[in-house]
Amino acid sequence: MKKSKILMIIGALLLGALYVLPLWKITLVAPQYPEPLGLNIHITHLSDGVQYNDVKNIDLLNHYIGMAHLPTEENVAKKEIEPFIEFTIFPIVIGVMIAFGLFVGFKGNHKWYLYWLLIMVFLGMAGLYDFYAWLDSYGHNLDPNAILKIADPVTGKPMGYQPPFLGYKKLLNFEVYSFPALGAYFIVVGMVLSLMAFITGKKEAKS
Amino acid sequence: MKTIIKSIFSLVITATFFVSCAPTTASKETRGNAKGAIAGSAAERVYVAPGEHDSHYAFISGGFSGQLSVYGLPSGRLFRVIPVFSQDPEKGYGYNEETKPMLETSHGFVPWGDSHHPDISQTNGSVDGRWVFINENNTPRIARISLETFETEEIIEIPNSAGNHSSSYVTENSEYVVAGTRFAVPFPQRDMSIKDMKGNFKGALSFLKIDKETGRMNIAFQIKMPGFNYDLSHPGRGKSHGWFFFSTYNTEEANSLLEVNASQNDKDFIAAINWKKIEEYVKNGGGKKMPAKYAHNTWSDDTHSATSTMEKEVLVVEPKDVPGAIYFLPTAKSPHGCDVDPTGEYIIGNGKLAAAMTVHSFTKFQKAIADKAFDGEKYGIPIMKFEAINFGVLDQPGLGPLHTEFDTRGNAYTTFFISSEVVKWNVKDLKVLDRHPVYYSVGHLMIPGGNSRTPDDKYLISMNKITKDRYLPTGPEVCQSAQLFDISGEKMELLLDFPTIGEPHYAAGIAADKIAPKSRKIYKLDENKHPYGVKSEAETKVVRKGNEVHIYMTMIRSHFSPDNIEGVKVGDKVFFHVTNLEQDYDVPHGISMIGANTSELLIMPGRTSTFVWEPKEVGVWPFYCTDFCSALHQEMQGYVRVSPKGSNIPISFTLDGDIPGEEE
Repeated sequence: MKKSKILMIIGALLLGALYVLPLWKITLVAPQYPEPLGLNIHITHLSDGVQYNDVKNIDLLNHYIGMAHLPTEENVAKKEIEPFIEFTIFPIVIGVMIAFGLFVGFKGNHKWYLYWLLIMVFLGMAGLYDFYAWLDSYGHNLDPNAILKIADPVTGKPMGYQPPFLGYKKLLNFEVYSFPALGAYFIVVGMVLSLMAFITGKKEAKS
Repeated sequence: MKTIIKSIFSLVITATFFVSCAPTTASKETRGNAKGAIAGSAAERVYVAPGEHDSHYAFISGGFSGQLSVYGLPSGRLFRVIPVFSQDPEKGYGYNEETKPMLETSHGFVPWGDSHHPDISQTNGSVDGRWVFINENNTPRIARISLETFETEEIIEIPNSAGNHSSSYVTENSEYVVAGTRFAVPFPQRDMSIKDMKGNFKGALSFLKIDKETGRMNIAFQIKMPGFNYDLSHPGRGKSHGWFFFSTYNTEEANSLLEVNASQNDKDFIAAINWKKIEEYVKNGGGKKMPAKYAHNTWSDDTHSATSTMEKEVLVVEPKDVPGAIYFLPTAKSPHGCDVDPTGEYIIGNGKLAAAMTVHSFTKFQKAIADKAFDGEKYGIPIMKFEAINFGVLDQPGLGPLHTEFDTRGNAYTTFFISSEVVKWNVKDLKVLDRHPVYYSVGHLMIPGGNSRTPDDKYLISMNKITKDRYLPTGPEVCQSAQLFDISGEKMELLLDFPTIGEPHYAAGIAADKIAPKSRKIYKLDENKHPYGVKSEAETKVVRKGNEVHIYMTMIRSHFSPDNIEGVKVGDKVFFHVTNLEQDYDVPHGISMIGANTSELLIMPGRTSTFVWEPKEVGVWPFYCTDFCSALHQEMQGYVRVSPKGSNIPISFTLDGDIPGEEE
């Protein structure tokens, strides 16, 4: 089999890691939490990032500032929050992209490798925007009966608690870190492989 | 005139000199080696910076407090007092419905105990940090404490025994933990004249088998020994593994004014018990089951509750039925401590009244048995010839030797109660190497891993009964204390004094890394099998059964569910079954009800606990969270409405106006 084909097929298969590994991770450190709290965001669900029960413990702390409940199975069942449509769509989209990647890989047309990559870039951007929108929504759509209502020292308006999209932010007593998790690196490597497949395939076609 | 002034002046000078020299109080220098440079370095060596951890745990007995305290070494900081034999309202121990059975005995509920000798479980002759055992002297019992939860998991009563002092030492693979009888008593108990004691009272030595997996104890057998006072004990180890040694006093069998009458014999005994031989005998059907009555209380981390069972019989072994299993080793006058060195070769009697350390050799003892080097017998038990078993005697190293522990370099450290000092001596050379005063009247001393083949010999603590002027006075009752020594060098160095709870009777120490990593953080709610436990607020409810009202309540930051309850009547018996729904480390909640005739509940995450409230007055009565749990702790409260007897107000319960779990 041609080298380009192999690269493309491996690249597409790497997306499969997302069914197991988290895509993003938000970590919270505070004086009372020397061992931090962590929230792993998967394409299908949320999971404990550092210790047992982190998701529930974060959810519990959020209620002080009136933040909406996290979309866990339990909260959805209790009708505390609408289910996250993304947790249904993302696994399908990833499945389709793997199938599509395998298809173009076996077909061996290097131009389609590039199209696959471009679609991935587009989906990635869309996914990141969606993530940003959710952070914004959680940070600002606060319960008017919240226990703690703190005004922003600069604007005087109620303080927002939007976690950082990428990097670090201080929110009240918490230092919040937000970074791509292992699953995201698998996507990036998959995309780099598809790019390499395209370049190699182009060379192979010339020779 | 000039001369007069001169002589007055010189007189004043002289007087001042004498006054300043008079020993009105001991100078700082003689009260410890707290001299400039050394003091500075001592401070550094016990200083554990904020946020840093100590290198060792010390489990220090609370003596007559009945509890076990947990300290850090070298800092001497107190972390926790584990309630064992006494009620503890702070933790609800012995007050809440779940732990009350832990303090049941054949004499009924006993709210207090006298805890003595903690000893940590061992694997291959080294402390393994799974459990710590501790004995109760007054109403003979042994407790087992989990070193994962730091809670008492089991208490077993010892029948046919009184003054359970020579206890609770553990063999080198935690096969057995032992109990002994300090006060000889009729065996079994019966109505008889006290003056007929001699020959008729007995001293039971009990061997409790420890389950390898669960740690559960069971009395495997009791040896019906002559009615001496069995004072202290230690297991053989290494070459002497399979033997257990008990010191005795009052071999005179006096029943009154023991201070004189029990101090007549120049030599008493160390009783050497070949438990392996007796185990074999019992395995082959030996021994006799005798009726007995003793409580066996066990705690379950699944149901978060204790169960008390009254056992009905015990297997008794008569020494005469197992020839060759028990011998008496003559030892200088009323020995107190009976200690075995890390190699298992030397068995040391701390001759309390003789001011002599008797060192017996296990090898010589074995040879003497083979050679039948006996010096008569007592109640059918052979007495060994002193010369045939004795390695040597260290004469008059101090006054009132009580206890000895060892380092790994062949040295022994003995406490002297009367001369208030710790003496370091070499066991083989029988030579004193160093001595250091302690403040004052030291009882036990402890080197971490002291009762094992592998002492961790950097630190030693002495536990002192009297402190007098050592601390700021607090009225007539002042604290007892522990003193920390660094024993890694040639000379013992006193580093630190620290006060202790109750009487620091004895202690057990262990390197922190053997325990800290497995210390429990929470109880998983999923695994909570308490019959009245609930897993969510939706399950909370209030149920009336006749005049009993059962409240299935939850607590989570920062509210109770339900928090408004009506329909309770005067004369009801209200059970608050409260589950802490938290699943986060160090988020306990407490609860108490105004006028409840019991203690608070202090509930760890995932755990369920119950208290009973019997309202006597009509009204609306508040309850609240007693442990500062969160920013909204002050808001964590609720009300119970109490109506008159015969009122027809039905039971109702709400949280924020709704029945918990129902749709708004």
